Amino acid sequence: MEKRATFSSTTIGLLFVLPMLVLMFVFFYWPSGQALYWAFTLEQPWGGGNTWVGLQNFRQLLADPYYWGAIGRSLVFGLGSTTIAMGLALVLALFTDRELRGHKAYRSVFIWPYAIAAPALGLAFRFILAPEAGFLSLINQVWPGLWNPALDGKDAMIAVIVAFSWKYIGYNFIFFLSALQSIPRSLTEAAAMDGSGPLRRMWDIQLPLLTPTLFFLLVINITESFQDSFGIIDIMTQGGPARATELMVYKIYFDGFKGLDYSGAAAQSIILMLLVILLTIVQFRFIERRVHYK
Amino acid sequence: MSSIAIKGVRKAYAKNAVVHGVDLDIASGEFIVILGPSGCGKSTLLRMIAGLEEITGGEIWIDGKLVNKMEPRERGCAMVFQNYALYPHMTVAENIGYALKVAGVPKAERAARVAATAKVVGLEAFLDRRPAALSGGQRQRVAMGRAIVREPKVFLFDEPLSNLDAKLRVAMRAEIRRLHRRLGATSVFVTHDQTEAMTLGDRLIVMNGGRIEQVGTPAEVYNRPATRFVANFVGSPAMNLMEGEIDRHGIFTLDAARRIAIPNAIESRLVGHKVTLGVRAEAARLVAPEAPGALPATVDFVEELGAGRVVHTDLGGVSFAVAISDPVAPGTGEPVGILIDPADVHLFAQDDGRRIDLAAPQAALDPAA
Amino acid sequence: MVERTPVFNAICQAILLIGLLIVLLPFVIVIVASTHDIRTVNTVPMPLTPGGDLFVNLHEAWVRADLGRKLFNSFLFAGTVAAGKVLLSSMAAFGIVYFRFPGRMLLFWLIFITLMLPLEVRIVPTYAVAANALAPFQAILDITGVTWLIQTLSGIRVSLEWGLLNSYTGLILPLVSTATGTFLYRQFYLTVPDELAEAAKMDGSGPVRFFVDVLLPLSKPNMIALFTIMFVWAWNQYLWPLLITTDPKFGIAATQLKTLIPSEFGLPDWNVAMAGTLLIMSPPLIVVILLQRWFVRGLISTEK
Repeated sequence: MEKRATFSSTTIGLLFVLPMLVLMFVFFYWPSGQALYWAFTLEQPWGGGNTWVGLQNFRQLLADPYYWGAIGRSLVFGLGSTTIAMGLALVLALFTDRELRGHKAYRSVFIWPYAIAAPALGLAFRFILAPEAGFLSLINQVWPGLWNPALDGKDAMIAVIVAFSWKYIGYNFIFFLSALQSIPRSLTEAAAMDGSGPLRRMWDIQLPLLTPTLFFLLVINITESFQDSFGIIDIMTQGGPARATELMVYKIYFDGFKGLDYSGAAAQSIILMLLVILLTIVQFRFIERRVHYK
Repeated sequence: MSSIAIKGVRKAYAKNAVVHGVDLDIASGEFIVILGPSGCGKSTLLRMIAGLEEITGGEIWIDGKLVNKMEPRERGCAMVFQNYALYPHMTVAENIGYALKVAGVPKAERAARVAATAKVVGLEAFLDRRPAALSGGQRQRVAMGRAIVREPKVFLFDEPLSNLDAKLRVAMRAEIRRLHRRLGATSVFVTHDQTEAMTLGDRLIVMNGGRIEQVGTPAEVYNRPATRFVANFVGSPAMNLMEGEIDRHGIFTLDAARRIAIPNAIESRLVGHKVTLGVRAEAARLVAPEAPGALPATVDFVEELGAGRVVHTDLGGVSFAVAISDPVAPGTGEPVGILIDPADVHLFAQDDGRRIDLAAPQAALDPAA
Repeated sequence: MVERTPVFNAICQAILLIGLLIVLLPFVIVIVASTHDIRTVNTVPMPLTPGGDLFVNLHEAWVRADLGRKLFNSFLFAGTVAAGKVLLSSMAAFGIVYFRFPGRMLLFWLIFITLMLPLEVRIVPTYAVAANALAPFQAILDITGVTWLIQTLSGIRVSLEWGLLNSYTGLILPLVSTATGTFLYRQFYLTVPDELAEAAKMDGSGPVRFFVDVLLPLSKPNMIALFTIMFVWAWNQYLWPLLITTDPKFGIAATQLKTLIPSEFGLPDWNVAMAGTLLIMSPPLIVVILLQRWFVRGLISTEK
């Protein structure tokens, strides 16, 4: 990563990096530090600064069944939507890569969902999946009351998972297809000379070579399911019914801005941060170690 | 016009030294070629002159000014890079004129100078093209034009012809020579191609392992290689080298059947010492195996060069090449004799590989013992 | 390659068609729903042939969600954020790749680590900082005792304040820094041949000149790719604009979707809601469709 032709002026070099650093300091590092500070302190009810309470905020949080509920739901949401989005995208990419008739159109259209804002598709799916109008309401005409995301927590979770998965089909498709296209043609050709058919080649050649992408996407999808889900939840269910779709980020937002419990929200933030950091590290270790075939 | 003085210049990366103390004087207007295998430090030396590489030790003077601490732009050098380093987003005219633009030369003057330069390098018709739309030879010309336009004191060439095909390389070689005659600027040209070096340079500098092996005119380097390395590196096919001992009668013994009398080598510093004996393929003669004084050898294979042939032989376990112009070459496996004139023999010390200069051949040869 | 697998090909085509249906159906439903009147849109199932009320619905959504102003704000917001990201990351990467100074790797890691601090995760304290963007500096002055020193020396109490709530600055500035963009640019700079910088040096240009004259023009494809993904990303931001802009003057389109949700006890005018959705989701969609090559390229290079 070293350049041979470097410029020697330290001042100018620093000046180029400075704007980015200042913004990162003010809006990333300071708030993160602040969160850390709040997580270990409590604000006095009548002012006078924060007092140090050690791990009390965390202890309270971990004793709170609602918080564990949010973690569980985040897991269900993250794993569910990731499985659906990656599975569908993988199949579509594998088949699109065969360059059958119309593959150019597929290649273009399958990307579109990723362009849509989470809240916008939230509203669209709220209509599509509405119990009394739209399309899934057909079910209710046959079996009245079977589908109602506004009242049934399970239905609500399914609804948000469907919406989120739909968007990330587009994202995953882009990466799978590009990874497939970067596999040298000669490899599939060699396999064909060895007598393996298209399905066999997908299984024996293409899938194993997709492992790095698979893993990269797994981590990104789960991380995004923490973050990008907010707009969908806020528009479709607002965490309801009865907290059935209250994910971790939504709970932070709710406790922090509606409940004004900064310390609690900060403690939750720290835990979530650790989770994201953990995932990122796992990703880097894995990609470095396991995945280089070269 | 400028002269360059290099005094004890060294270059090291961390602990790893690549140039060990180089001393060199380049006269004004001279065309110097630095020749050496890859990794010998020749490019590093050139880049230190250009100011692209920090100097670890020693001094570089250009035109009487110490330039060690000067930035490239302050040194008045222009450089032609191996891969040309043309700015891909600029037209030919913009590429050539960029240095002038940076220097704040007014637009009208810039245009005039770019046009004049384009004429010199034969690019008038291509001024509005981008580098991507040019052939290899044309790109090479742009790179040259970019160097010429600034009227620099010193031209630096970093293997500029190595990306061209053989035919174009010969043509560009002639063109560089012509340009140099016309502009007369001091030029330093780095290459690993000996033909390029021979044809271009007023003087050659042969480098190896970060040291200068020899400085001299092409003829000197070819005729009187200063070290075993130079002997082997310059000339094609490479000089035949054999190791052996010289006895007190001045006879070099390769093995019992193969001895070469070198009458003027009866010197105390040589007798009884191991030496390397070198003979150019062009200097040896192929004769019948039974010819008097011929060393017996067997033909390994014959290399056809069109104008001549190189016969590779096995001389008692040592491979030995002889260049002949005779259209009829002996067949593989045939026994032949090789005749070597003592006057064409080069001797190198075994330990440091330095050339051993012999006194002029004596008028009357001592009878060989 | 010669290959006769008609059955397998037919299965592939069938699955691809199902995929196409899954992907396109929501678009179709949104578009069709926004052409119906309120009665038709609520029939079960909703007819998939378009009605004639598209413009009525678009107009209604436009007025109800104040989309004239909000779409303008969204364009301003997304455009500035994307441009800012391009500019800042091209500069930061230049500083890191082309200069050698002590602490350079530290800076690189400082930028890198922000990847692990997504906005949603640190939302509460970031909001607090936005209330006074100079608070971090004030705190530093207080802690180091500089405030006290100045107060004792001159009697003036240093109090830095710069509130960003309800302003374009507050909307934009916190979203401009980007580790992803910096990497993308770093990746690109590393592919630029070293000789180009050396040639520029020989031509007498310093670092700033080289950056402006050579690197920036060369990075145009990179720039477009980065701008495209960042424009779409910024347009689709929701949580931050929702928090920072309580004044409708500064609101953006995405957060207006909430005002379009038919209320539980009011009219179920989904036709208007879908018309609004259509308006709000179209700009990034058009960008992706038109600049697909760049969009894909930008996204892919974030993987490295």
